[in-house]
Amino acid sequence: MTDATLSSLPVSSLPRQGGLLRTILSADPPRSKALSLLLLVVLLALVATPFALPGSQPLGTAAKICIFILLAASYDLLLGYTGIVSFAHTMFFGIGGYGIAIALNKLGATWSSVFIGLVAALALSAALAFIIGLVSLRVRAIFFSMITLAVASAVLVLASQMSGITGGEDGMSFQLPPELRPAFKLGTFLDTAINGRLLAYYLVFFVALGMFLLLLRIVNSPFGRVLQAIRENEFRAEALGYRVVSYRIAASVISALAATVAGALLALWLRYNGPDTTLSFAIMIDVLLMVVIGGMGTMYGAVIGAALFVLAQSYLQVLMGSISESLAAVPLLASLTHPDRWLLWLGILFVASVYAFPGGIVGRLRKTS
Amino acid sequence: MTSQTTDNALPDLPRTPRDLVPLLLVPALIVLSAPLFGNLSSWVTLTVAGLAMGMMIFLMASGMTLVFGLMDVINFGHGVFISLGAYATLIVLGPLAGWAKADSVWLNLGLLGLCILVAMLTTGVIGALFERIIVRPVYGSHLKQILVTVGGLIVAEQMIHAIWGASPITIALPETLRGAFVFGDAAIERYRVFAIGVGLSVFAVMYLVLNRTRIGLLIRAGVENPEMVESLGYRIRRLFVGVFVAGSALAGLGGVMWAFYRQTLTAGMGMEVMVLVFIVIIVGGLGSIGGCFVGSLLVALVANYVGFLAPKLALVSNILVMALVLVWRPQGLFPVTRQ
Repeated sequence: MTDATLSSLPVSSLPRQGGLLRTILSADPPRSKALSLLLLVVLLALVATPFALPGSQPLGTAAKICIFILLAASYDLLLGYTGIVSFAHTMFFGIGGYGIAIALNKLGATWSSVFIGLVAALALSAALAFIIGLVSLRVRAIFFSMITLAVASAVLVLASQMSGITGGEDGMSFQLPPELRPAFKLGTFLDTAINGRLLAYYLVFFVALGMFLLLLRIVNSPFGRVLQAIRENEFRAEALGYRVVSYRIAASVISALAATVAGALLALWLRYNGPDTTLSFAIMIDVLLMVVIGGMGTMYGAVIGAALFVLAQSYLQVLMGSISESLAAVPLLASLTHPDRWLLWLGILFVASVYAFPGGIVGRLRKTS
Repeated sequence: MTSQTTDNALPDLPRTPRDLVPLLLVPALIVLSAPLFGNLSSWVTLTVAGLAMGMMIFLMASGMTLVFGLMDVINFGHGVFISLGAYATLIVLGPLAGWAKADSVWLNLGLLGLCILVAMLTTGVIGALFERIIVRPVYGSHLKQILVTVGGLIVAEQMIHAIWGASPITIALPETLRGAFVFGDAAIERYRVFAIGVGLSVFAVMYLVLNRTRIGLLIRAGVENPEMVESLGYRIRRLFVGVFVAGSALAGLGGVMWAFYRQTLTAGMGMEVMVLVFIVIIVGGLGSIGGCFVGSLLVALVANYVGFLAPKLALVSNILVMALVLVWRPQGLFPVTRQ
């Protein structure tokens, strides 16, 4: 699968000496002033949200951004670095969510059930990803896309039908361990009450941050280099003695595991999990848009893409609503700018970014600097 | 370009070996499943229902597998042509509502025929645009094809919402196609018989075009070795645009049939059925029309039988069929050889 445009994406140099920051970023810094600034803004905003913006809505948006950054980054490992398209990423996201939801609902609201749920979900995800990879990647990489789509839709139907276990269409809500409940109070800091909700937010934030840095480490490891080699030229990588199928399966398993963690975080944050929050095909499309618009094969693209997308989801619709009202006299334009049509414009942006700037926003920023 | 002389000069060309085993799967499945049913009538009903469903899936899947076979293009946006075909019926059903209510077979069939014609024209034209704008710049890269066609799918689905509204629309079958024929205890819905008829005739026409005409010869040659066809002086690009348009129109036809079967239109209906289409294409062997036909019937029949015999398994029966076929033949039932 040679791809002229992907090959123009920069491949960072091997780790040399450098500071702590360089080590944390696995010697793969943003390499663009504008990008570094943007990333810093996102990071600081996410750290400071609980203190800077009171209220539950900004905190919810911030938590969602953290979770989707992790989800998009794990998808980028597969799409951007390995060059294969999976449509089952939300399936693993959902497995993580259901693992936590089912464990906490049936075993009681303790930390050990969180642990059991997470481990069980990780094991299931790894097994499924391995089997799907073995069946489909062995023959042709293109089978993988179709088979993941088929399996993911079967799992979606399964999850909404087996209401005894998963709560069916309604999903299931559950109690969190006491330390994460809003009623758990530790005092106040900077006029903000330190309660269980805040702890839950920082749990989401730090796990997402840690997992993101881990993924960054993986793609910059020798293993990640082999994945990129396979993406650029499968045949040559095979000729050099790398087992292409094994590497692709390994990448798909790692990516599935990270998505499972993201799903677990979302369930913990929402205290609920259902088919529409984690499993639906719409979320799969969202993740695809995030990664491609942000920039495939860059990891930082996932950060920018997810942050932009979640913000757009919350605020673009307001903007479009006002445009639509001012265009109410023009029939077709008014319906094209209707707030519910926001995905139309993101879709156009998506197609344009695949053609015009395959490196997405990150690639664009790196080129200009 | 003339090939008449070679026919006489080389009488003993080795014949292409015929692979008959997969062809026997469908009849074998139908016959062997009969004893599992307590009574004959439910077996007959389910078999007809399965065949009708299989024919509709075949209509929707055939275009996609042909496009893949000829040009190695994987169109994840194919589903939107199914939805577009379904919505195009509204263009006809609106002004001609009287024809649907009339108690005349000819008016009813004429209405359906008109729906099919308009839908195929619409999806054909949009298919040509889709090929030009979305697909043409990304030949040769599967990754980009998948991404860009998914992008096209999003945009097109949203356009359907913008034009026809986001809420589901219900449509009614023409009067004489409602209800069922009753043979003893077995009830066979009329529309299903009609669907089987349409499916069989399309398959027959496709088979004849592919095997008995010059253009079909070129398409088959193009599947096997596109460069050789090009070097013989044929413009394979143009051939491909034609196949893409035909494939889109077939999806539109499938969309009309599927719309009258479900009687509810949603913009996402094409994408929902695409899961089945992918399974069918993989089962049949990417690029093979015959495989697509056998795969459609197989998947639909198994889904219907399992849904009756073991409803709990019905949700995963398609995946099971696919897994079993891939274990037996990793490239699908009819692997398409390609240089």
